[in-house]
Amino acid sequence: MSPPVAARVSARDGFVAHVGRRSLEAARALADVRTWSPLLLGQMRRLGVDSVPIALFIAVFTGIVLSLLSSYIFTGAVPLYFVGALVGKTVMMELGPVLTGMALAGRVGASIAAELGTMKVTEQVDALETLAYDPNSYLVVPRVLAAALMFPVVTAFAMAVGVTSGWITAVNLLDLSTPEFFKGLKLFYKFKDIWFGLVKSASFGAAVALMGCARGLDAKSGAQGVGLSTTRAVVLGCEAILVLDAFWALVLL
Amino acid sequence: MIQLEGLTKSFGDRRVLDGVTLEVPDGQNTVIIGYSGSGKSVTLKCIVGLLEPDRGRAIVDGAVVSELDRDGLAELRGHIGYVFQFAALFDSMTVAENLALGLVRRGYDHSTIAARIEESLAVVELSGTEDKYPAELSGGMRKRVGIARAIALKPRYILYDEPTSGLDPVTSAVMDQLMVRTRDLGVTGLLVTHDMRSAFCVGDRIAMLYDGRIRQLGTKAEIQATTDPVVRQFIEGRP
Repeated sequence: MSPPVAARVSARDGFVAHVGRRSLEAARALADVRTWSPLLLGQMRRLGVDSVPIALFIAVFTGIVLSLLSSYIFTGAVPLYFVGALVGKTVMMELGPVLTGMALAGRVGASIAAELGTMKVTEQVDALETLAYDPNSYLVVPRVLAAALMFPVVTAFAMAVGVTSGWITAVNLLDLSTPEFFKGLKLFYKFKDIWFGLVKSASFGAAVALMGCARGLDAKSGAQGVGLSTTRAVVLGCEAILVLDAFWALVLL
Repeated sequence: MIQLEGLTKSFGDRRVLDGVTLEVPDGQNTVIIGYSGSGKSVTLKCIVGLLEPDRGRAIVDGAVVSELDRDGLAELRGHIGYVFQFAALFDSMTVAENLALGLVRRGYDHSTIAARIEESLAVVELSGTEDKYPAELSGGMRKRVGIARAIALKPRYILYDEPTSGLDPVTSAVMDQLMVRTRDLGVTGLLVTHDMRSAFCVGDRIAMLYDGRIRQLGTKAEIQATTDPVVRQFIEGRP
């Protein structure tokens, strides 16, 4: 039998007990598949598919700038086809996942925090509980799973578009042919470049959604409280992305 | 039966409830009156397990609410409808979806859910609003949908949190009739309000919450004839 509510929510417990209880609640929410599974697809569309335009917009200009910047750095010292290598590596391993993650931290994190914050201050979360739903199962799990699944998909599109825009820029604005660009692109390419970026972006998605949910469900005092929670969710989401970025670099490289 | 035994609850340094003891008999409407901020809503939230009392117990059908695990609490909430002060309808859902949510949770089939929605909306005289969103409804209509959402579950108890606040006198009277009708259907009601007209209209028994405790409990007639100066001042609305 799980512990009574009194034991679960007491604020006087220690940190370890608190973390343990939170983990237990998260596991229980995750196991409540009947509640969150019907909501997952809708969240994947909302958090993922609807985020594609902003991610691609950023990717286009990242590719252009990287191409021009690398040509400027390499001039006279390094063969120009290395532009392809730099654009490819940078977009796939770092800028694709991180810039997409940052953009989505703003869009997705803010949207989740504002929505859940409004639900909290208008007692909709309490209403869910009185209808015998666990808010973690109904609100948090589908959003976190959807973000963890869809951030890599959006990032994959951003990688492809970033490299493509870098290639188009190199061919049209630099003294570089298509075969030379792709020669550089393939020079140091490893399959790991792609999955490294995608694994990172999945963790970014989960972190951004978690921050949004946590801040939203913690919102207090009406519109101002919701605004504060939203701001904090975006800031914490961006910070989490940078910390996770360093973590994955240490662990996987 | 709902029983409150020495319910105590503080927020920071402020003790809102200081040993509330009350019995809510089955089949009646019990009304808790009191000043704004006196802890009426907190009392309701302790009964349904949304807040945990610091001391004392809320007991529903013999079960101590704060000692229930999540499954036990979910089971208990299946017997309690809760009407929120501002309705707390899910604004991204239509009226029908709002009503269906709790029924889906209990595993009813589609035809039963559709029938319950139709029946509940008919009780609150809002048939035909199934496809409307809460934003398209007036305040009074939203509150009636809140009641419909509660009665759709066919609960044994309904807790009403300030159901008439902010409503015009006619809509308030409609709400009062609705709460009386719900009691006549066999549902035990616990209403918190500071609207005395509503309290006298709906309540079989009235309790005044003052200074964190039940100051006086009695029938409608007993409260109307009270000599307690605090209760008298409140029911007469004297400054």
